[in-house]
Order: sequence, then structure tokens, then C-alpha cells
Amino acid sequence: MARLLSLTLNGRARTDAVRDNVLLLDYLREIVGLTGTKTGCDGGECGACTVLVDDAPRLSCLTLAATVSGRRVDTIESLAVDGRLSAVQRGFHEKLGSQCGYCTPGFIMASAGLLRRNPHPTEDEIREALGSNICRCTGYVKIIEAVKYAADLCAEGLSP
Amino acid sequence: MNEIVAAHNIGDYVPMIDGPEKVSGRAKYTADLILPGTLAGHIFRSPYSHAEILEVDIAEAAKLPGVKAIVTGADCDKGFGVLPIARTEYPLARERVRYRGEPVAAVAAVDDATAKEALRRIKLKVRELPAYQTAREAMAPDAVELHKHRPKNIERDVFFELGDVAAAFAEADLVREGTYNCAEVCQNQMEMHAALADYDVVRDRMTVHASTQVPYYVHLMLAQILDMDMSRIRVVKPHVGGGFGCRTETLNVELIAALLARKAGGCVRIMVNREETFITHRGRPETDIKLKIGIKKDGRIAGVECECIQRGGAHSGYGVVTILYAGSMLYAIYDLHHVKYVGKRVLTNTPPCGAFRGHGTVDIRFAFESLLDQMAHEMDIDPIAVRRANYLKAPTFTDNDLMVNSYGLPECVDWVEKESSWKTRRGKLPNGKGVKKGLGFACSHYISGASKPVNWTGEPHATVKIKVDFDGSIVVLSGAADIGQGSTTILAQSVAEVLGLDLSRVRVVTGDSEVVPKDNGSYSSRVTFMVGNAAIDAANNLKAVLIAAAARKLEAKPSEIECLGELYRAGAQDKGLTFSEVVTEALKDTGTITVTGNYSTIPESHGGKKYRGSAIGGTMGYSYSAQVVEVSVDEETGVVTIDKVWVAHDCGRALNRLTVEGQVQGSVWMGMGQAMSEETGFHNGLMLTANMLDYRVPTIQDSPPIEVGIVESIDPHGPFGAKEAGEGSLAAFLPALTNAIADATGLRFNDLPVTPDRVFALLEKRTREVGRKPNGGS
Repeated sequence: MARLLSLTLNGRARTDAVRDNVLLLDYLREIVGLTGTKTGCDGGECGACTVLVDDAPRLSCLTLAATVSGRRVDTIESLAVDGRLSAVQRGFHEKLGSQCGYCTPGFIMASAGLLRRNPHPTEDEIREALGSNICRCTGYVKIIEAVKYAADLCAEGLSP
Repeated sequence: MNEIVAAHNIGDYVPMIDGPEKVSGRAKYTADLILPGTLAGHIFRSPYSHAEILEVDIAEAAKLPGVKAIVTGADCDKGFGVLPIARTEYPLARERVRYRGEPVAAVAAVDDATAKEALRRIKLKVRELPAYQTAREAMAPDAVELHKHRPKNIERDVFFELGDVAAAFAEADLVREGTYNCAEVCQNQMEMHAALADYDVVRDRMTVHASTQVPYYVHLMLAQILDMDMSRIRVVKPHVGGGFGCRTETLNVELIAALLARKAGGCVRIMVNREETFITHRGRPETDIKLKIGIKKDGRIAGVECECIQRGGAHSGYGVVTILYAGSMLYAIYDLHHVKYVGKRVLTNTPPCGAFRGHGTVDIRFAFESLLDQMAHEMDIDPIAVRRANYLKAPTFTDNDLMVNSYGLPECVDWVEKESSWKTRRGKLPNGKGVKKGLGFACSHYISGASKPVNWTGEPHATVKIKVDFDGSIVVLSGAADIGQGSTTILAQSVAEVLGLDLSRVRVVTGDSEVVPKDNGSYSSRVTFMVGNAAIDAANNLKAVLIAAAARKLEAKPSEIECLGELYRAGAQDKGLTFSEVVTEALKDTGTITVTGNYSTIPESHGGKKYRGSAIGGTMGYSYSAQVVEVSVDEETGVVTIDKVWVAHDCGRALNRLTVEGQVQGSVWMGMGQAMSEETGFHNGLMLTANMLDYRVPTIQDSPPIEVGIVESIDPHGPFGAKEAGEGSLAAFLPALTNAIADATGLRFNDLPVTPDRVFALLEKRTREVGRKPNGGS
């Protein structure tokens, strides 16, 4: 069965015919063509596919596309404003929270979700918010620095 | 007027030049290349660990509408493998399957569902053979040989004795022996393997996009497997989501995609899943080590005897090199003179191992630094003092002919000793309720690229081209594969530094065989050293062209021209020429400027001839690392917490402090995963841990602060004095951890990983023994 899926994707209203068994991850990547969201595992293990659904981090590989009907979905492609990197993006770039970059979209979306609900997180709160995302390159040290720096940039008025 | 000065970047904190793409989702990895009309490729894998193939029946699968091509072992009779001496693997198994999960057939179909249905219709008929999951079983006298000409399934026996070990032990004041077991571990890089193969029927040309560290090796193997002229093949390496060694050889995924594409006459994308990525493997082998060390009263090491057995898996891969590294890299960190090494690389019915970060050196270093620590305690010498008693004096050659020119280990040791307050805190950390705290110390080292490449062609070790045209941008062309380690950034920095230009003028093009010069690839930490030196050479050649042009225009001698990056002038009073004006002048002679830079290693670095395989270990420069690890051990649960790590790494010179720190932290952390939680497990050949929940990678909540000290020994041959930074700090973590646990609890853990159940079991055992005899313990 396929049905029409209407949602607000990266700030734009959009409607697609989508089969019931399609995952949000595959909808984003294969149907819409937003390949910034990554597949890193066989389901719910790594966090690379994290997107925001109504500002809350969600694993798109465990989410049926049909369930986000009428919701607001934000992917990594939505964060830059007028081509300028967002606070979290700048944090990951400038502090080397990203090396190979493959887990990065998931980490950035989970971090953006954190800063949208908690603009001044403690280090423990950062660790908890990113606890279901795996990075294999950084050892996480610079990821924590990146998120702290992003919080500082947000305090100066940048969006997460 | 502001004073014009040449721009500098070396030694700065430079964010990666391809960072904006990665943080914005614009960076394309192989699986992101979604082209209309592409066929979905899927692989049928052996459900048997060891069996003779009687028939691969694809008739029912072929009838399925939407199936465009099916390939089996019958489609390719050419073997592949990274070492020219051991090309024993086929893209799709022929005659035999040797591990559970080995590719047997593959299907290209119009979509994933059709391809998967076709796989279900393939029937494999076999005669099962005895399967060996351990090295011991595989080496039994009556074991069936996995491969021809490999008696007792031994891929390679290594033996050397340099000096007189028996006499050295006789002269030693303390001789101790230990046995160690390190579980098999996987790279488990975040990007799963993927390949996109596009066959152009009209022109008989093949283009393959692959998630690889070695596009050149993939190119060679594609030509061999497809039996195509190399000129008809193009290999593209898009962004790659990590490798850590598992992509340092051609993998079956890219070869199978190409076979399917040619047979289907189109474009095929294979994206294997996480389980298949685990099974494709190329991780660090399970290793059993028996180590004996003799020490004199003053702490000097008198002699070393080491036996190492690696369970290599079903195919050769890098196996011969791995078992040789384990022996040769006993050297080049301490001053050793009487060393005996026996290594056995064993073929087993498990997925093939490969070249995991710290290739061949990690498990041996764990054993060595553990036993050294244990003996220091027994002799009541500070473990750091024992290392100090055994320093090398650079420049020197080791007894196995390894060339050591720069040696920052003493400075590394000093840094971690001071920063961790080792002297004042060791043995005095406050224990909590049921929690014991401790500090552990260890050292390690690694090569900056193997001096002799795997494929010896006589060419320079590395080649870089630079193109400059009317627009005045500097375009650096290199085959070096950036897999996230930042090699593209280092190339840009190197060229910009030589020319005195800002990084914004430099663009780097990599990863497309159609455009860039060949490069051997990203492995054994060779890129910064080899390709960095080639980039410097190219930039110097370009600078000479530009200076000659400026001299002509300014009517001066080239020797009088001062290059300030954006300004070339003949003396301080000269108004000079802008960079663009110099380029315009230079173009008058030749049109588009292209220059080449090369780098070749020197013969003295190629290792010796004292035993078979002794070139392995030879490099232009060794990195050094020292670590202190602080732990808390919960004696009620067996849970070990890493409170903090201090690590100092001698990278010769930090070209980019940001990426050096990132590489060192990542290495330490990867060592932590191996030491504490990561291990593969099998049941009847089925990998039980082929997912990221059962294969336990540390999360951000398990991971400690890692403080990095950068030691700059300025290597005489390194690019701006640099050596490697991305591997050498991995190995020291493992023994530093177990030494810290020993400091906290008195218990020595010789088997890895140190999981809570292992800790708990040893604590329980001690409790029982203490109950039986007073003053007991380990």
C-alpha cells in the first residue's frame, strides 16, 4: 500500500506518495535525495541517521515515514542559514568534532536537538544527549568541545 | 602601508579544508551516489564454514523477472590479494568456501526486493569439510589444509634470533615469562562498505566508485579480476567514512560490483549492511603471545624471547606482513640486543584478518609493556625508570637494521610523568567505598609508512602535481586517499606554506584515477610523510618557476627575488609584482603551468637482510608515544572506569595541531575499545557479534578525557620535520590500562578485553585464595 505523506521537511511543505513500509531514512535518502542523513548500521545501533522530528532527535532508521505525517522533520541540510554554518556545524568543523564525517550529521542533529531544548547543557547532559551516537574517529573528546563551543555561539545569537 | 609578509600555517590549529562539506551533509560517500537506473547488487554468502562446492544452482533465480545479472565463481577464475605472493582469494568462491559468509554468488536486479528474492532462490550444494575456528585446531597434524601448499595451515613461519638470547638470560638478574591472549577486533568504521560500478558497453570501460583507502590497489585488482587493460578502468574514491586499515586492500565488494556491472551491461550499486561489513572483516587477529624478558639490576633489558601465534582467518590478506611486523617492531623503541622471535600466521575458517590501525604491533606491545611493568614492580623499580634505562640514542640502526633518526620518547615520558603527577600521586590515590584507584604507564611506537611499498615498481614512493592557470588558483593533484584523517588538509597546508600563500588560494583534487597521479594509498601512516614530502617538492618546483618569471619581468636575477607569497620583489625597496602578475608572466612561456614533486625513501631505511622478511618494519621515521592511564576499579561489580588519560606523542613536528590532537585522541580511544570491551565471537563459524550492540564500542558516556602533549623531535627527513600521528598512540593504551588495574588491585590481566566479568572472576578467585592462606593475592 502507498499513501500520500505530507510533512514539513526542512521548513518546506512537501507531499509524496510513499509505500507504508518505507523507513523515514530511505524516504529522505532515496526518494527526496537528502543523502546527508547516513545509514550506519542494521537498525538502531549507531545514531548516524538521527534527524529531528518536531525538534526532538529521532532515529530515522527505526521510524516509518508514514508516522511523520503532518510533523516537522529537520535534517542536516536544514541547519545552515543563508549558506552560513549553524552554531553546531561551526563547532564540529572548527573544533574537529568531525573527522571522517560519516557519523557527523547524526551527532550534529542530536546536538542541535539538545541545544534547542537546553541552551546551556552541562558536560554530563551533553554526554547523555549523545549517548546513543557512535563515533569511531574522535574518541568523543573534541565532540564534547564542539558542543560546548556551539552553546557559546548560541549565547551570542547564532541558531543551533 | 601594511608590511607584506608570507603566510604561514604549519603548527597552527587548522580546521580540515573539507570540513564544511562534512558538517553540512554535502559530502558524498559512495552510498550517497544515487543515480537513476542503477541496479541493486546483493551477495549470496556461504552458510558453511568450510566446504567443497558441488554446485551453485542459479537457474530459479535467473528466471525471476527484474534480475539482470547473476555471477558466481564460474565468472572469474583470477585470484586476488594485496600481496603479490598470496593472491589466494576469489571475488566469488571457487571449488571451496572457507568461512561462513564468504561470497558465493551475486545478483544485480532492478531493485533491492527483487535482488533479495533472487538470493533466496539460489541453491548451494556442498560437501562439508572439518572447520577450524582456532589456530590450535587448524595447526593439528591431521588438519585439512585450507589452501594448497600451506602445511598445517601455517601461512608463514617467522624465525629470527639476533644476538645470544640464552647467554643474555643467564646474565640477567631477573627473568620472567608471561602468556597473553588478545581477542580479535574489528575496525568497525562508521561507513559500511559500498561500491558503485558502471560499465560502458560501447567503449568497454569500467568506472568504479569505492569506499577504499587504496584506489590504486583497487585499480590493479579490477584489471586482474576483469581481465581488462588498466587503461579501460577508472577508480574514484568519494568521501570515505573511516577505514582504520580494513580498506587497505581491495575488498570483494568492489570486485563483485564490477563483475555484475559488466555482465548486466550497466551500473550496479552494492551497499552491504553492517553484518556483512563485519564479516568482510580485515580486523586484528586473535593473538596468543608467550613472552620472556630478562632484566639486569639497573633496569636494562638483557634479552627477549617472544612467540606469537595469530589466527589469521581464511585467506592470506596482509597476514605475512602482520606476523613480520609483530617481530620486527619489538625493536626501534628500546635498546635491545638479544632477541629471539618465533611467529606463526595460521589460516582458520573465520573471516580474513587484515591491517588494523597499529598493524602487527599492538598485541605484542601489550604483552611487552605488561611484562616489563610486572618485572619493575617485582624489582621495586619505578616502571618509568625501567623505560628510561633502555632508551635508544638516535641516530642509530637497530640490530635488525631499522633506521632511527629522531627519537622523542624521553620527552614523551617526561611529559606524561609530569602532567599526571605520577611521582606524587602513584600509590596515593584515595580509594572510594569498594572502589580502588590506580595509575598505569606504558609506551609504544609506529612507522611513518613502510619504506618499501607492497608493489615495487621502481617509481618514486609518492608523486604530487600542481597546476596553475590564468585564474591564479593553486590546484594540487594527488592520489592520496583522505579517509577522514585529514590528508587533503595536510597537502594544502604543505603547498601553501612553501609558497607563503593563504590556504584559501589552494584547492586539492584527489581520488579520481582519471585526473590525479597514482598514489599507493592511505595505510601504515605513510601519507603525511611520503606525500607531504612530494607536495613540498612540487611546491618548491612551482616556486622556482614563479621566481624565474618574476626575475625576468623585474629584470633581476632569480637569486635576488624575494617571495612573500602574494608579492614577489627584487629587494625591499622594489614595489614588486603581485602573485597574479607573476603567474601571468610565467604563463607566457608555457601556457598552463604544471609541476611535479616526488619523494623516494632512502635505501638505508629499507631494513636489512638478516632474516626472511626483514624489510618489514623499515621506515623513514618512527613516532613515539607514552601514556598514563588513571582507573577506578569497582571491586563489587568488576567495572573498570577510565578516569583520565595523559598521552604524549612524538610526531616529529605537528603540521596541524588540531588534527594531530584528534588523531592521537582517536588512537588512544580505539585502543581503549580493544582493551576494555571489543571482541568478535563465533558459534560454529557464525559471527555472533556482527552488529554494534554485541560488538561493544565505547560510547561517549564510557569515554574519558584524553589530554594530549605534542612532542616535536623534528625528524631530519620528515616534511617540515613531521612523522606520523595517527597510529602510534593506540598500542600503549592497552598495557597502560592493565598496568593501572594492577596498580589499583594487584591483579594482572593478561587477556583482553578486560571485561567486567573477567575482572569480577579474578577478584572472586583472589577472595577465595586469600580466604585459604594469609597474605595471599596475585
